[in-house]
Amino acid sequence: MSRQQILSPLPGTFYRRPNPTSEPYVTEGDPVTADQTICLIEIMKQFNEVKAGVNGKLVEFLVANEDAVMAGQPIAIVEIE
Amino acid sequence: MAIKVIKPGLATSIQDRGRWGYYHVGIPPSGAMDQYSFLAANLLVGNDENAAVLECTYLGPELEFQQNAVVAVTGAEMSPRLNGQEMPLWTSFEVRAGDRLSFDFLKRGARTYVAVSGGIDVPIILGSRSLYGLGAFGGFEGRNLQEGDLLPIGANGSAFVERSVPQDLRIAFPELIEIRVMMGLYDYLLTEEGLKNFFETTWTLTPVADRIGFRYKGSELRFIKRKQPFGAGSDPSNIVDAAYPIGSIQVPGGLEPIILHRDAVSGGGYAMIGTVISADMDAVAQTQPNSKTRFIAVDLDQALAARQERNQRIARLREALAA
Repeated sequence: MSRQQILSPLPGTFYRRPNPTSEPYVTEGDPVTADQTICLIEIMKQFNEVKAGVNGKLVEFLVANEDAVMAGQPIAIVEIE
Repeated sequence: MAIKVIKPGLATSIQDRGRWGYYHVGIPPSGAMDQYSFLAANLLVGNDENAAVLECTYLGPELEFQQNAVVAVTGAEMSPRLNGQEMPLWTSFEVRAGDRLSFDFLKRGARTYVAVSGGIDVPIILGSRSLYGLGAFGGFEGRNLQEGDLLPIGANGSAFVERSVPQDLRIAFPELIEIRVMMGLYDYLLTEEGLKNFFETTWTLTPVADRIGFRYKGSELRFIKRKQPFGAGSDPSNIVDAAYPIGSIQVPGGLEPIILHRDAVSGGGYAMIGTVISADMDAVAQTQPNSKTRFIAVDLDQALAARQERNQRIARLREALAA
């Protein structure tokens, strides 16, 4: 087992849910697939989906909902089997 | 022959010096937001100073060259990679047909410029190749780049000459950005405290920052309560419609100041409390969301001196990169 960080490709605002009334994309501890959306980054009035990029289990988010993130900043950890 | 867009990036557009002379009829100048870095990119590859380049915002594209060319990358720190190998910023390099150019994550700044020898040869509309996105014209088919686009390259590209911008002529990315402003025409509509707050607040750039405008948060600026004149909206920050200069600062509802940039609408009904001096518009373009900005008041003489200083810096850049 190894752990891999998911990095934000963009600077902006981090969101765990597709909209304020929805459930989060992923809950910590859930399995994820590479093409699965795990969060949104808002920038320039655009909401950009960030994919997990790897198959595994999303162990932990490293930033809180609606926090500011920088490009290249680790936002989550995935455990790869 | 052309460049193929493998991945477009977030908001990559074709820009040149801009489309001047039509703002009075509602068409903004557009053009590279950071004109200094744009100019440097063209000089590095031996282009005409007004050749069209790629402006890459926050996230770089991935490009496949279908011809040999000379390339230079300037502006925000997003290191280029040629077939995976890191290449220097602010320095010309050669690419061969079949090569792929990609970019690392953005480190500092916001907008990176990619010049290609010969320039990006899209049609000239009203005197410019620049994209005006809201108007859906200029640039490549009136829009940002998309996957699969084939960008035509001008035929008269220069041969490779290795050029590099000296360190002291590259742009800086301070932690706290100081932007100089000339107050007016409507600053008298702010309360005394509102005006004081404008200068004493350290403002944070919100993610709402694009080619049209940059919105900041950090404080509330109160406007004087008055009987709104006929034709003005009901909020104290409203005025009877007036022309908006590029760089003008409006504060809708007194809440979040907005600096208008090169794709801005040309007029409307919000009071402009001041205007960013032309010499500092490039610095505004390179600010990132969540970065900190302070505004400094200057008078006309100081603004003109700053413009002259900028022109001297451009002259030194031209001299340093002359063939």
